[in-house]
Amino acid sequence: MGSEIWVVAEHRGGQLRRPTLEALGAARQLATAAGAAVAAVVLGKNAGGLAAELGTHGAARVLWVDEENLDVYSSGGYTHALTELARAHKPLAIVFAASSQARDFAPRLAARLDTGLLPDCIELGWDAASGRVSAKRFINSGKALATVQVKTSPALVTTRPKAFAPAGADGAGAETVKCDLKVDAAQCYGKVKEYEQPAATKVELTEADVVVSGGRGMKGPAEFAVLEELAQVLGAAIGASRAAVDAGWREHAAQVGQTGKVVTPKLYIACGISGAIQHLVGMTNSKIIVAINKDADAPLMKLADYAVVGDLFQLVPALTQEFKRVLEK
Amino acid sequence: MKIAVCIKQVPDTSAALKVKPDGSGVDTEGLEFVISPYDEYGLEEALRTKEKLATGEVVVVGLGPERVAKALRSGLAMGADRAVHLADAAFDGSDAIATARALAAALKKAGPFDLVWAGKEATDDGMSTVGAALAEFLGIPHASEVKKAELSADKTSITCWSEVEGGTAVVEVKLPAVLTAQKGLNEPRYASLKGIMMAKKKELATYTPADLGLSAEQVGKGGSRSEVLKVEPPPKKQTNTKLIKDLEPDAAAKELVRLLREEAKVI
Repeated sequence: MGSEIWVVAEHRGGQLRRPTLEALGAARQLATAAGAAVAAVVLGKNAGGLAAELGTHGAARVLWVDEENLDVYSSGGYTHALTELARAHKPLAIVFAASSQARDFAPRLAARLDTGLLPDCIELGWDAASGRVSAKRFINSGKALATVQVKTSPALVTTRPKAFAPAGADGAGAETVKCDLKVDAAQCYGKVKEYEQPAATKVELTEADVVVSGGRGMKGPAEFAVLEELAQVLGAAIGASRAAVDAGWREHAAQVGQTGKVVTPKLYIACGISGAIQHLVGMTNSKIIVAINKDADAPLMKLADYAVVGDLFQLVPALTQEFKRVLEK
Repeated sequence: MKIAVCIKQVPDTSAALKVKPDGSGVDTEGLEFVISPYDEYGLEEALRTKEKLATGEVVVVGLGPERVAKALRSGLAMGADRAVHLADAAFDGSDAIATARALAAALKKAGPFDLVWAGKEATDDGMSTVGAALAEFLGIPHASEVKKAELSADKTSITCWSEVEGGTAVVEVKLPAVLTAQKGLNEPRYASLKGIMMAKKKELATYTPADLGLSAEQVGKGGSRSEVLKVEPPPKKQTNTKLIKDLEPDAAAKELVRLLREEAKVI
């Protein structure tokens, strides 16, 4: 059995994506419990530059694959490369940030390695007696919490955004190991041709520290402008309730709740959202919840840490001005 | 074109859930079950493709206890041509990977298929695993969380627009392939009365592990590399709601910002 916990670095445009540091934080906890070392894996072409940053954040080794056909992400390319590496080095566990990319290839990897996969975990555990990795994860959209164990190694786990503190920059630096392996184009199963990104630099909903959400009380699509102004001042992402999405006011990518996204920001500001169960399951674990609503009896007003009763079209602009004033100081 | 759609039957998403006192799982007693919403998007897309090409077949495939036949009948009522039910106690306790292995074997037997749809995740276990693992067991490409798909003119590949953090990824995959459906793909139809009547006469085949050439070590708990140790109610957040009311908007905003900075310390 190996003695390393691996983290697979997710990067785009030469930049490490922030949730990777959270996965690294989780891996460090698990490694401490298991008496193992932390190693990071970087797959790509000319992506070796990320090794230093991973070392600073606690990876003792960085396994680096430089391969033409890993120039852009593909589920087949990543699965092939990680299978080769895992078979050669036999890590105890492989940790990834739960992202669209991890959801895309981790199941393939688990199937190919014939091992267990625990996605979207909020807590990791180690059973010393059995040498098994376990994890806590929400099921039924947060209506229940399951503890699940992987019976084989490497255990594959993905970490829910914001559930783990990012690894601090207190690492001693990593030994970089260049791994030679080949990936054929046919093994990639189709590469990403392009990323279509909105013109404005948008904060990713699941990764944002602050989320400003609107519901039925927004009355229409144009009215979201008041939330956008507030979001801009706070560097926040914009969310929406299912009612607002189904009405066509916001795109589905903004939906918070069941059949949408689960968010756990430090601050969640709900505007004109009454708080149907299907919305609550998507945001109930936010650290601080603010609800702004005309109806003091709305369910979300009872769940909120701060409930402001009033007209959101007056309150939100006032809030934007006040935040602007104090944050500019 | 032959299209398979994997559907999972899940508790009605609007239902409140209770956890069994012994911590072994969710108490399903008295719960209403439905087709997992994301699977419905996949089924709708499959039906639209068949209608557009004016030829082909749509087959719904599901794994689980007897009640799953009802979900498959709902799929037939929406317009699928036939159904396959992996129905045997030996399948009980399959984790997502074991489920994908069994579904792959069933698709080989009932197929071959040019295209396979599955939901991007089931709303009960939320694993987001079966679709991509299924593609792996079938040895074919896949695309995840697809919100738009366009078949090439020669029908040998499909271009998929997938939701990713901060935008959309565009991937072209060769057929046969597995696609997992994201909300936004389409608006699923309701079954018509005629559809419901016709569904009763459509073929619903049942498969056991033996029919699929799968051993006890490949299905159910024996075929699973993960196991659920405990299911408990979610932790309850303790909140002492502070109500801000009867203030002018400016004063309310001032007070809220002060509390967020000084008391909650989140800004």
